[in-house]
Amino acid sequence: MAKKTKKTTVKSGEAALLTSRNDVSQRILTVGREVFNDIIKKAKKPSLRFPIRSLANVKYDPKTGYFEIRGKTATRTLSYNTVKTFAQSMRLLATTKKDLLDKNDIAGKREIYYNSKSWGECRFEEQPESDTLLDDMEAMLGVNREQIGYIPEERGGDVAGPLTVFDQNPSTHEIVKINCGKLGTGAWSIPARVEHLKFESDAKFILVIETSSLFQRLVHHRYYETAKCVLISMSGVPTRACRRFIRRLADDQKLPVLVFTDGDPYGYCNIYRTLKVGSGQAAHINRFFCVPQAHYLGVTPQDIIDFGLQDATHPLEEVDIKRARDAMKNDPFIKHHKEWQDALNQMLKMGVRVEQQAFAKHGLNYVLETYLPEKLKRGKFLP
Amino acid sequence: MARTTPQSATAESMSRQQREIAVSEFFLKNRHLLGFDSPRKALLTAVKEAVDNSLDACEEAGILPEISVEITQTGEKRFRMDVTDNGPGVMRQQVPRIFAKLLYGSKFHRLRMSRGQQGIGISAAGMYGQLTTGAATRILSKLPKAKMAHHIEVQIDTRKNTPTILKDAELDWRPSFPRPAADGACGIPEASTHGTSVAIEMEAQYVRGRLSVDEFLRQCLVANPHLQLHYRINLLNKEVDGDGQPAAPLVEGQWISWMRLANQLPVPPVEIKPHPHGVELGMLMQMLRDTESRTLRGALSEDFSRVSSQTALDVCTRAGLDPKANPRRIANREIETLFKAVNETKLMRPPTDCLSPIGEELIAGGLSKEIQAEFCTAVTRDPTVYRGNPFQVEVGMAFAKAGENEGLNADDPVRVLRFANRVPLLYMAGACAITKAITGVNWKNYGLAQPRGSLPVGPAVIMVHIASVWVPFTSESKEAIAHYPEIIREITFCVQECGRRLSVHLSRRHREHEVERKRSYIEKYIPHLALGLKDILDLPGKDEDRVVQTLRKMLERSHLET
Repeated sequence: MAKKTKKTTVKSGEAALLTSRNDVSQRILTVGREVFNDIIKKAKKPSLRFPIRSLANVKYDPKTGYFEIRGKTATRTLSYNTVKTFAQSMRLLATTKKDLLDKNDIAGKREIYYNSKSWGECRFEEQPESDTLLDDMEAMLGVNREQIGYIPEERGGDVAGPLTVFDQNPSTHEIVKINCGKLGTGAWSIPARVEHLKFESDAKFILVIETSSLFQRLVHHRYYETAKCVLISMSGVPTRACRRFIRRLADDQKLPVLVFTDGDPYGYCNIYRTLKVGSGQAAHINRFFCVPQAHYLGVTPQDIIDFGLQDATHPLEEVDIKRARDAMKNDPFIKHHKEWQDALNQMLKMGVRVEQQAFAKHGLNYVLETYLPEKLKRGKFLP
Repeated sequence: MARTTPQSATAESMSRQQREIAVSEFFLKNRHLLGFDSPRKALLTAVKEAVDNSLDACEEAGILPEISVEITQTGEKRFRMDVTDNGPGVMRQQVPRIFAKLLYGSKFHRLRMSRGQQGIGISAAGMYGQLTTGAATRILSKLPKAKMAHHIEVQIDTRKNTPTILKDAELDWRPSFPRPAADGACGIPEASTHGTSVAIEMEAQYVRGRLSVDEFLRQCLVANPHLQLHYRINLLNKEVDGDGQPAAPLVEGQWISWMRLANQLPVPPVEIKPHPHGVELGMLMQMLRDTESRTLRGALSEDFSRVSSQTALDVCTRAGLDPKANPRRIANREIETLFKAVNETKLMRPPTDCLSPIGEELIAGGLSKEIQAEFCTAVTRDPTVYRGNPFQVEVGMAFAKAGENEGLNADDPVRVLRFANRVPLLYMAGACAITKAITGVNWKNYGLAQPRGSLPVGPAVIMVHIASVWVPFTSESKEAIAHYPEIIREITFCVQECGRRLSVHLSRRHREHEVERKRSYIEKYIPHLALGLKDILDLPGKDEDRVVQTLRKMLERSHLET
């Protein structure tokens, strides 16, 4: 597919953030030339440099709105210990340039793993090996793998509400209109690549929901009509496609984003934090995948008290406590926002966590009839 | 109880049954003490005694030994052993007593290293043969200057421990030995002008393996590099043809010949006098009674080693005895005082020229002849003393090349070859001081695995030789060495020295393997690196080769050279 798609994308100006495939190809060439010069001209051991991808190497600035990678890099110099990975890196770069970029093709991560089986003893034994090298390569080239032509194999997320998405037929390039308000009891799935999509919506905000069962309850009762919002379900930590979709939709339609997850450290520090400012692991691409306009709706620790959920909670487990303490100590985002530290401290003090479904205690539809309207009316959200 | 029984014995009735027991009767009943407890072991013991005697005789006479051993099956469980040597021969009148009287020999009463010690072995073999088959021991012996050989057949009168001569004749015979031709076939045998041949028929069993005659002879060669040996075994034909009769009754075996490694006899050991510190009280009394000196001082300095006239005087003074006293007339109580005084006196260690070690070079040579080894070493320690008896320990160690030696596997315990005065010890390894010393060493220090309290594991052979004027065996069959702490300590030190050398070898080998492994790892991936680079940059093949060459040099320099 894709040759014309790409052109359309570039033309449409949607990919201002993105690097063209030609540029990526040039960057690979530069890396190759440096390695070659090291060996032949400078007669020294070649090395590859990667930005370090971890929370320790990101900074958070609310003005930019996402975790920005700092300068720390790791250098992989050729040695006895690195000769295998080094060789694999070079072959992976070569394959990427020749087979994907120059031929304008795409490949899944697992396909890359199988493709290496033709490399003889240089092949990847397990897929995690090739996945790690792909991540390294992304970071080294400063692009995300979708731009290089690697497609993710994860599900994006579900969308329902007053939104029309303009997609394309991949072969005929005919525009396909999807009205997400007229899908009956179902929802529209976010595709792996979202750069080419266009939107039309009269919604007032986007409501992002962690669990798909709550999403279905809201769809069933057509809550999106009542509240005039686009509902998006993430099913746990949002995928890159899901994050990118929310970001593009929110930017395009200038919509605020509200996030509704379980009330536990995982929901706060992993799901919400990743959606809003990105992750340490993917620090080099956070600027494409963050949603700085997101705010946290609930369930907050205070909601447990305000909505009388004390007897519908679970005690915090060891991992929850550790996660909360760890976030307060190491997560630049949590460290920056006192509100979040207060919320986490309150939760630790109460010693309990709460699920989205806990509102069913007061009746199955309490969540959409009372909780959500009440919270929206108050209009006070965590940053 | 006995008193109330009417038939109870009285001193008188008992006295009628009390009589002297001949040593031969004793050993006839206790033949296991001499190594004749099973038919399989009997054959080995008989060969061993005959070969020991031949080697001792040759060395004493200054003759480079050549021995042939022939085993012939004469019945389902009957074998005849023929051992022929090129030794000095035996005087006619001595033959019956040497071959058919227990405890008759030249070696018991002197302090000098030799294989035989007691004068039991060959007569016991003959006695065993006589007991199990009724056959006599046949001896052929030719003296160098005599025209004819004598042919004597003897049996032992076990009641009296005296020989019975069944045949005594002259015979035109010379010991002859096979000479393999250049092409390996049987050449013309060569005859010697002197030598002895002994043949004993006995109930026996021939089984190959670790405890066989074959193994004994092979080990003999390791400890006796100056020995030239020929060996063959003739077995009854088990195959039957159409009419149920064996096709040929006997299958004649091929002679196997081993040429000697050393063309020189070992330095002949010198006979020494007893060292006072090794003598027990009763022995001291006996020696004083038997002395030819007329004074106590003279007896001490003449009959013992390392006692000078001055030292003898000191000892007498210390014991409060008159140095001029007649040694034969000293009271036993006074001898006790003397005994104490002697042991309190500091004396030089006994002389050690009574020992004749194999030597490091020949041990290593003998081992590498027997084993395809990638590493071989040997250590001969200085002589030392237990209970006043000089002894000397030698250890050889060979680490086998992988896959080139049958029966030496990396996962099996090491093979231990034990020798006492150049005689291989095959049985009772577990009871032997050598085994105890080897298992007591911490082999993990030297790079070999070792299960708790066991022999180390590895494709290696450890050879231990103990030379002494009197090797302390645990029994008359001379199979295991007694656990004297002095002996175990010496073996331990000697084995440890070999172990240290082995560990140097093993760690060098390990390093080399490691370098080889790294080299092949590097060489495996560099071409891929270059190929990737070539694909990215569209390099010409020439540049790809340059990248491979340069990188290989670079990595080998930094990772393989230390």
